[in-house]
Amino acid sequence: MTIDATTPRGKDKPTGSILNDPKVRGIIYQAVTLLLLVIFIYWVATNTMENLKRANIASGYGFLNGRAGFDVGQSLIPFSSDSTYGRALVVGFLNTILVAVAGIITATIIGFLVGIGRLSKNWLIAKLSMVYVEIFRNIPPLLVIFFWYSGVLAVLPQPKESLALPLDMYINNRGLAFPRPVFDSGSQFILLAFVIAVVGSILFYRYANKKQMETGQRLPVLWTVLGLLIGLPLLTYFATGMPISFDIPVAGKFNLTGGSVIGPEFLSLFLALSFYTASFIAEIVRAGIRGVSHGQSEAAHALGIRPGLTTRLVVVPQAMRIIIPPLTSQYLNLTKNSSLAIAIGYSDLVSTGGTILNQTGQAIEIVSIWIVVYLTLSLSTSLIMNWFNAKMALVER
Amino acid sequence: MAKRILTALIGAAVMGIGAQAASATTLSDVKAKGFLQCGVNTGLTGFASPDASGNWSGFDVDYCKAIAAAIFGDATKVKYTPTSAKDRFPALQSGEVDVLARNTTWTINRDTALGFNFRAVNYYDGQGFMVRKSLNVKSALELSGAAVCVQTGTTTELNLADYFKANNLQYNPVVFEKLEEVNAAYDAGRCDVYTTDQSGLYSLRLTLAAPDDHIILPEIISKEPLGPAVRQGDDQWFDIVSWVHYALVGAEDFGITSANVEEMKKSTNPDIQRFLGVEADTKIGTDLGLENDWAVKIIKAVGNYGEVFDRNIGTGSPLKIERGLNALWSKGGIQYAPPVR
Repeated sequence: MTIDATTPRGKDKPTGSILNDPKVRGIIYQAVTLLLLVIFIYWVATNTMENLKRANIASGYGFLNGRAGFDVGQSLIPFSSDSTYGRALVVGFLNTILVAVAGIITATIIGFLVGIGRLSKNWLIAKLSMVYVEIFRNIPPLLVIFFWYSGVLAVLPQPKESLALPLDMYINNRGLAFPRPVFDSGSQFILLAFVIAVVGSILFYRYANKKQMETGQRLPVLWTVLGLLIGLPLLTYFATGMPISFDIPVAGKFNLTGGSVIGPEFLSLFLALSFYTASFIAEIVRAGIRGVSHGQSEAAHALGIRPGLTTRLVVVPQAMRIIIPPLTSQYLNLTKNSSLAIAIGYSDLVSTGGTILNQTGQAIEIVSIWIVVYLTLSLSTSLIMNWFNAKMALVER
Repeated sequence: MAKRILTALIGAAVMGIGAQAASATTLSDVKAKGFLQCGVNTGLTGFASPDASGNWSGFDVDYCKAIAAAIFGDATKVKYTPTSAKDRFPALQSGEVDVLARNTTWTINRDTALGFNFRAVNYYDGQGFMVRKSLNVKSALELSGAAVCVQTGTTTELNLADYFKANNLQYNPVVFEKLEEVNAAYDAGRCDVYTTDQSGLYSLRLTLAAPDDHIILPEIISKEPLGPAVRQGDDQWFDIVSWVHYALVGAEDFGITSANVEEMKKSTNPDIQRFLGVEADTKIGTDLGLENDWAVKIIKAVGNYGEVFDRNIGTGSPLKIERGLNALWSKGGIQYAPPVR
């Protein structure tokens, strides 16, 4: 490679130095940036290792096998102080998933209802929906959590004066207690019956579709499916001699004993995340429906399709294409906002991780686990939503 | 919390090099910046709490002041970093604070794996339980089935699990990160029992809406030797922090108080002369990296151990905690200082 700087070159003669080739320059700039980035990361990593060594702090992930020694308030899997730190992290992870999934489902339902409500021709429904959206959208989520925790659930009565709800449920400032089903032998048949009912429903739905396509005859899908899903397990329940009993909560010395309890920490986080995110989803839904050209429903009406079917078959499928991408962001937000659990002591991943961090002092390891887990959760959510989006996308012919 | 951990991580990653380089000791760093950065509790009446105008006071705060007095001869040259139970260790590890005087229990794990050094125990404590009088509970063994409020990231949390397991009792932990949150939850009736170090319970009871409605159960379920902690790897600094405590205890032993310290300088007792650095050709302070009259400066600033105790948590304070184990060895306690010689 020779560079002849003295010889002037014309613009139409790119035969000179390859350094002047925009393509080559682009590659060089990118390579230099990448190199600098790698050097920076290497420097941070080695520097951290060196400082940890100098501060005599043990590093590595071996501590995860150690005995935790602390208890967790709410856990989906058996956990005691004899379990490992690793298991404590799993408990926190499952609690995060629980509140995220429950929140996403509820937020979606409320969001769709409110979003459609804003478009309603009924003045009261439209205005109430608007007020809902404007209130919850403009308050920080942490405040919404505190509102539910300190403003609503903490002012409930003490366990001894619990409010009785129907179905032997009780609510007090320690949470919602409800009867816990106890499965005796024979109850596995009920589960089996339910699985059969689900499979049967799917098969019947396909058969009904096929029949409608061939003959135009419509079968009563809804009633048959409902009958299968409820009737079959119920029938098995009585046939096997009622093997499910209920453990009903009763007043103990301090709290209600027996039954299952959902703590106020979970309830307030779940309610707050649902209501908060629902306000954003409502706006997304409204935008999606508004985004479908009015001509589409007019055309459907002109073809003689009934209003209900017009919404279901013409408007919603097209609105979904607009709704899904921003909806994904809201789901990710909800999952990440669940880490605000720490403010009210719900044992989510950040909370249990923080406890472990403090008991073991392994700050960098715990923070790295947090990052990896939340990254994985968010990427998985994106992946599922992208798949769903591709499925709903307009198929052009 | 997240912010502080982040700071700590960045500190560990980037800035640690300058702060802890082999040439610079913590003492010279502190002297260079002109003040002591002291990690204290976020607010525990009697131990460390700020008043309305932001002036800190308390038992642990007096230790910060004593260290500053020993170095600068001026107890006001301290800056306080309030730390929660959870972020106190990253704060010390990263060099954000020079010393952690925050009713922290000395354990083997903290002494080794976490990279800290403990030696002086300024308060011998033990974990206890507080309940509402209306529950009619007389002993911790009657607590099965109770909801227990506890601060996360403490030895308390671990002792609690061990005690209930050892005695075959059931309980439902309600954990919070900040002391204020635990207090609020207990006060609101979210839990039946509040557990922490007994000294802490006395202090917290004062902050409840109706302190007289609560009793502290007689059981002490753990040993909690509380004391100031420093980072490993700087023996001189470790010595200074330890000997500040021994100077306070030694002063009480000799009967030297903030009131009579100037007179005591004229004492003919060679032990006292040596202790106060008035002996001829003494190196009693310079060997530590301080002035020879370092003990005098400490006593002038905060008094002796007994004065510090009484003023903040003992009979002269609203907490009214008995000296108990923290009395001098000669008076039935176990507070004992090595000889200054």
